[in-house]
Amino acid sequence: MSSEKTIPHSEAAAKFNKDVERVNWHDETLWFVRAKRDKSAHQIEDWELLRETASQIKFNVLSNIHDYLVEFEANAQRNGIIVHWAADAKEHNEIVHSIMAKHDVKQMVKSKSMLTEECHLNDYLAEKGIEVIDSDLGEYIVQLRKEPPSHIVLPAIHLKKEDVSETFHEHLGTEKGNFNPQYLTESARQSLRNTFLTRKVALTGVNFAVAETGEFVVCTNEGNADMGAHLADVHIACMGFEKLIPKREHLGVFLRLLARSATGQPITTFSSHFKKPRDGKEMHIVIVDNGRSTQLGREDFRNSLKCIRCGACMNTCPVYRRSGGHSYHNAVAGPIGSILAPNLDMSKNADLPFASTLCGSCTNVCPVKIDIHDQLYKWRQVLVKEGHTPKAKTIAMKTMATVLANPTVFNIAGKSGRFVMKNIPGMVNNKMNKWYDQREMPDVPEESFREWYKKNSRESKAKRDEQ
Amino acid sequence: MSSKGEILKRIKLNQPDLVSELPNLNLLGSEQFDVLETYKTVLKGIGGDPVEVANYDEIINYIKSNYNLEKRLITTLPELSEIASLDWKTVDPHSLQDVELTVIKAHFGVAENSGLWVTDDILGQRVAPFIAQYLAIIVHKKDLVPTMQQAYQRIGNMEYGFGTFIAGPSKTADIEQSLVLGAHGARGLIVFLLD
Ligand code: SF4
Repeated sequence: MSSEKTIPHSEAAAKFNKDVERVNWHDETLWFVRAKRDKSAHQIEDWELLRETASQIKFNVLSNIHDYLVEFEANAQRNGIIVHWAADAKEHNEIVHSIMAKHDVKQMVKSKSMLTEECHLNDYLAEKGIEVIDSDLGEYIVQLRKEPPSHIVLPAIHLKKEDVSETFHEHLGTEKGNFNPQYLTESARQSLRNTFLTRKVALTGVNFAVAETGEFVVCTNEGNADMGAHLADVHIACMGFEKLIPKREHLGVFLRLLARSATGQPITTFSSHFKKPRDGKEMHIVIVDNGRSTQLGREDFRNSLKCIRCGACMNTCPVYRRSGGHSYHNAVAGPIGSILAPNLDMSKNADLPFASTLCGSCTNVCPVKIDIHDQLYKWRQVLVKEGHTPKAKTIAMKTMATVLANPTVFNIAGKSGRFVMKNIPGMVNNKMNKWYDQREMPDVPEESFREWYKKNSRESKAKRDEQ
Repeated sequence: MSSKGEILKRIKLNQPDLVSELPNLNLLGSEQFDVLETYKTVLKGIGGDPVEVANYDEIINYIKSNYNLEKRLITTLPELSEIASLDWKTVDPHSLQDVELTVIKAHFGVAENSGLWVTDDILGQRVAPFIAQYLAIIVHKKDLVPTMQQAYQRIGNMEYGFGTFIAGPSKTADIEQSLVLGAHGARGLIVFLLD
């Protein structure tokens, strides 16, 4: 996947947009999830206080993360958990593989983990001859289709039940043309049950890791993380280091926010706290950096490390809803993904911070109060300055910066712009103008706001003076 | 091979100089509502069934009339030995694959999300509530707390190897957002609310 050439977001989105009906359906489905989030949030009197508290806890984590990590490792080890550290994706994959190799095991059952997507673990293990089965239903579906997930919480949100039915018919031998979600889910249940019962190694993600106690929490609705971990001899849990929180009691805050923000549920069905391995079994934690410490050092972007991966910013984003998760060509899509991705690779992901209307809806729903749309705006400036944006965009942005920074130029530019649009419309309504590509150009006002304001303030002042 | 040192060094260098204080959690969880009613409403809302009972006999009768006793029923509660077996705690967890119903007890429940807190000292086996086709959990009405704030106060620094909040039956909505109960874990959850 990583070797393929990436298609820029706007191009991929344009392709997605060709099927109008599907786009509308995608848009509405996600808006439905967003609406559930609102209803759920409004039922909690303390909602805003909760968000503020979560945000403050996360700020505390960011400024103490070194010490918390040291504390976490010591406590986890005391609990009998084996702790590993991975500087990047490659090392993460090697560590996971080395644990498999040590036990001479060639099969793994995995529960949803966006980090392993970020590291392309499945591809890596496949090359080593290890079979990985993703057990979250959505992940399982996209895995069978050889696609990446398109959403961090709802991996198969881009698919219709007809698509799933086709896929299951092909891979699981289900009845052709049976679209019933109940029937399809039952088929996956039967097939995956056998997987759970035969795997010696289970891998899960981590939602929260507690420094004070050395335990970690995994949240699922399906119970797949638990089925895997409690039946396997070896449980490997992989986490980005930002998943750390200081104390166990802080879980109360985050568990109240997470599922409500994600799907509108009051809490996920299972919020499992893993503190010690079962007697005679092994539990590993792989703590991963992979660019996070760099992001921590970027003052403007470090707050993105507060993210608890609820997906609310995606569900609310008008661009995500109408362009689909795959158009973001990054493990984490949507607004937050567009902040995290340029940190991983600036040139490859320079298009993503531009995939936003900057409407601020993401910032408004974020349970940990990340200034998402501000960061997207800041990334644009960094990317233009460092020359990572396409020529046309760079020139346009630089021109705009000059115009906006200089009142006289702004004034003249406005005047001549209005003149051109009114008298020679062909000069702007053409293919060269990227803005016109998707839109009707507005009617040209007779005067600018500034002219209108000057005149009116003069008039109203005169009126006031008369009285 | 030590990436640990490298990572920690970079983090120390890059983390903000100014240390943000931890917020006061005591301002949270002061919402007022009827705890039992809320518990029942929320549980129903997420696909579970609340059943109020006065004693263990009522639980036994309920299970007798709602589950097939020919199948494998397991429990950790000696009070239920008449209908469910108790001798499975040390067996290979894989052998629990044919269990129809697991009956366990929770330490306490949380009204705002209907979650029930269980840990491995009352679970018998960690996989027991997940691998069974159906699950029943008993909780005393007096052991219901309003929100997660009180829940963690109650957990405090309780010692456990594994603990989980269980809220409703296993479910998924991964196929076109249609809710389906019984993804991998229990297809149904009965919560016996004991006087
Ligand atoms: S940025 Fe905020 S809203 Fe988006 S996934 Fe992260 S926590 Fe959720």
